[in-house]
Amino acid sequence: MNTPDTSPPAPVLAAVGISKHFPGVQALDDVRLELLPGEVHALLGENGAGKSTLVRILAGIQQPDGGGMTLGGEPYRPADTAAAIRAGVQVVHQELNLLPNLTVAENLFLQNFPRRFGLVDRRELNRRAAELLAEVGLDISPRTKVERLGIAQMQLLEIARTLWQDCRVLVMDEPTATLTPRETERLFTLLRRITARGTAVLYISHHLEEVFEIGDRMTVFRNGRYVTTRDLADTDTAEVIRLMVGRDLQHEYPPYLPGEPGPELLRAEGLQPQDGQPVSFALRAGEVVGVAGLVGSGRTETVRALFGADRAVGGKVLVKGVPARLRTPRDAVRHGISLLTEDRKSQGLVLDMPLAANVTLTATHKVSWGGLLRRAEENRLAQHAVDSLAVRTPGVRHPVRTLSGGNQQKVVLGRWLLADTDVLMVDEPTRGIDVGARYEIHQQLVDLARAGKALLVVSSDLPELMGICDRILVFSRGRIAGEVPREEFDSSHILTLAYSGYVSAPASATLSSTDPAADASPADASAAERPTAEASATGTPADATSTNGDTR
Amino acid sequence: MTTSAALTRKPRSAALLARQVMGEAGIGIALLALVVVFAVAAPKFATSDNLTNIATEITLNTMLAVGMTFVILVGGIDLSVGSVMALSAVVAGPLLTAHGLSTPVAILLAVLVSALVGMGCGLVNGFVSERWRVPSFIITLGMLNVARGAALQYTNAKTVYDFPAGFSLFGTSTVLGIPTLFWIALAMVAVGHLVLTRTVFGRLVFAIGSNEEAVRLSGHRTSIVKVAVFVISGLTVGIAAVTYMARLNIASPILGSGYELSAIAAVVIGGASLSGGKGSMIGTLLGACLLGVLTNGLLLMGVSDFQRQMITGLVIMVAVVVDYYRGRLAARLPVEA
Repeated sequence: MNTPDTSPPAPVLAAVGISKHFPGVQALDDVRLELLPGEVHALLGENGAGKSTLVRILAGIQQPDGGGMTLGGEPYRPADTAAAIRAGVQVVHQELNLLPNLTVAENLFLQNFPRRFGLVDRRELNRRAAELLAEVGLDISPRTKVERLGIAQMQLLEIARTLWQDCRVLVMDEPTATLTPRETERLFTLLRRITARGTAVLYISHHLEEVFEIGDRMTVFRNGRYVTTRDLADTDTAEVIRLMVGRDLQHEYPPYLPGEPGPELLRAEGLQPQDGQPVSFALRAGEVVGVAGLVGSGRTETVRALFGADRAVGGKVLVKGVPARLRTPRDAVRHGISLLTEDRKSQGLVLDMPLAANVTLTATHKVSWGGLLRRAEENRLAQHAVDSLAVRTPGVRHPVRTLSGGNQQKVVLGRWLLADTDVLMVDEPTRGIDVGARYEIHQQLVDLARAGKALLVVSSDLPELMGICDRILVFSRGRIAGEVPREEFDSSHILTLAYSGYVSAPASATLSSTDPAADASPADASAAERPTAEASATGTPADATSTNGDTR
Repeated sequence: MTTSAALTRKPRSAALLARQVMGEAGIGIALLALVVVFAVAAPKFATSDNLTNIATEITLNTMLAVGMTFVILVGGIDLSVGSVMALSAVVAGPLLTAHGLSTPVAILLAVLVSALVGMGCGLVNGFVSERWRVPSFIITLGMLNVARGAALQYTNAKTVYDFPAGFSLFGTSTVLGIPTLFWIALAMVAVGHLVLTRTVFGRLVFAIGSNEEAVRLSGHRTSIVKVAVFVISGLTVGIAAVTYMARLNIASPILGSGYELSAIAAVVIGGASLSGGKGSMIGTLLGACLLGVLTNGLLLMGVSDFQRQMITGLVIMVAVVVDYYRGRLAARLPVEA
């Protein structure tokens, strides 16, 4: 991409002057985008910057109000998704688009089943599916029902689905949001193979590190407007953030203020989730405790079992030193424990209900009297949440469906703040959320701890945990592999712990390196990957764990 | 940019208008249009006698639809209302003819027993489908048969009649020219509307219909709400059973057959979604009115029974299509960029 302008390759896709208006918002205002053959082009911007709208236009889901596009020099104006796919534009959406009751193979070839004598040729179908699965590195049977897969596996499956089709432009909307580092690496290998064929990849992600690793060029949008396009080699993270946000973010994380931990608020002793291992830990007032670990390492299962969202099969929980039976979320809430779930859309929000109703969904007693709702009080408390959390919304009676991801997350957070519980557990609080809102949510979490609450933060984003936590519990294969105090925060150390449960498995005892990440530099994830790749041959880590981790 | 902004303004307001038209306002407009058409086409339609007639005709369906609205809002369905109504009637009916009871006491007792029978069946419906996570469609289909069989067994397939004169007098009385029984139905609509819009319970009904898991994880006992809606449905069935007896002076074990479908139709025409979370009591009332006006108007125009049935069926199909289209339209209007 650094070749001089003498012979620039013709863009495979060019969009100029694209505008799109929705009621109450100009989603896109005269933006442009150029994709060169064989490049990975990052589309960057905060949530609400217009990235998803452009993707929907490229995919033929929506039509632009103004502007025009060309694909391979020809005018491109898809009337619907089928037209876009015919033209060679494939989109892997953030929301997965698979049929859970069908098998992996059936999902892969849904648009074009191999046939024999007019009937589906199952043998051929499964054979071709197995080839594709091998190509994306998915170690699952083509006959597996999709509903039994984990989110990460579904994601790779979705990508595999685009592979057999003729694809000139591949759009990936937040593909790694649910992937572990190992799976992300696998995805990148795959992307490099795809671009080698001349396909242009439009890559949308909030993970800037990944963008710099995989991307060639980037285009930045801000508030629906085009900001710039440049080579990623000529820029750095700080500048990209500045371009996206339009202002300098002094720190990526709120300043750390060491606090004096107070009394113990919550203790889990041998708490064992269904299909999980018993774990023990304690939370004290005033501290932020992180939970690190690979997807499927038992983090989510543990907090859900603790909260009563799923049944625990063993162990006990003490709230302020007193044994408590938390069999349902209701029990947990009554004991002053809350959980912000990892999937805010399916487990957190009632999307079609107003913001106010969502904020007061737990603390209904605060907005009612004898079972009767007090609308004025509800609006007042909701407005208070909107103000204190800086939720960007047209009003408190506005349905939350139309808000951006960051603002939706703030609404769920506002609900638990209103419920005023002593212990707040948050699972992936900033997944898929833009930089500005991320900072605000981090600030809020830290403030809550300093105000005397106990916080448990589950996250796949290690820098996030190291940025805001007092100590980090590292889960590995269902157990707590170690606890790291803030003074000893070090990503390679934490990663080593996270992988330890998988490398010490008996099946991989023959590995030459038993402590593989010891000599790895902090940022070098691939070194830490090696043992798990080995272990996965025995079917242990991500495959086994992500099925029990992500399907429910 | 300015041109594109100008271009977008028009479809934007059109979309908003379309949404409003297809909401509650839409069913109101459809009802109004129907009334105007019949008023012109059938001279006898717009008479006070006939309007009273319509009110009488839709009373039962309105009552049943009130309970059905609750059930449908949580994403369930109650197919048993017609049969349970018959069971309630034949159990409560003999109390009215019992000697030694003064009429007011007998009526009160009948209402109480009828309501209890209805609520008992509703409790079974709700409890079984919630406890064992079985779709309410199946359980209430079972109850449809159980209750009908029980009604026939209890009466030996005989009809109960000879109710006291005061009771049937009450059934035909009017207040301000409107049948008393229809006033009761309207009161039920009003109470239902207030419960849905002004109480925590109503809030949870809507929320569970939209996203049950989110409500559960918010710390609410969703099961209780989901059982309660079936008990509410049973209560409206019990009241409807007494209403039926007051109007027709009989309690037959075969009464109410097919009533569940009319009630569901009223709720759906009123804009409720069968997948839950969307609908309103006012919409349900308008839906019941629309069905009643349609039947009555077609009758006055001399349309045969068979054709009437076909037309009513078509209206239900149109309502479902509109509901589906409305859902898609809403999904296509994201504000988030």
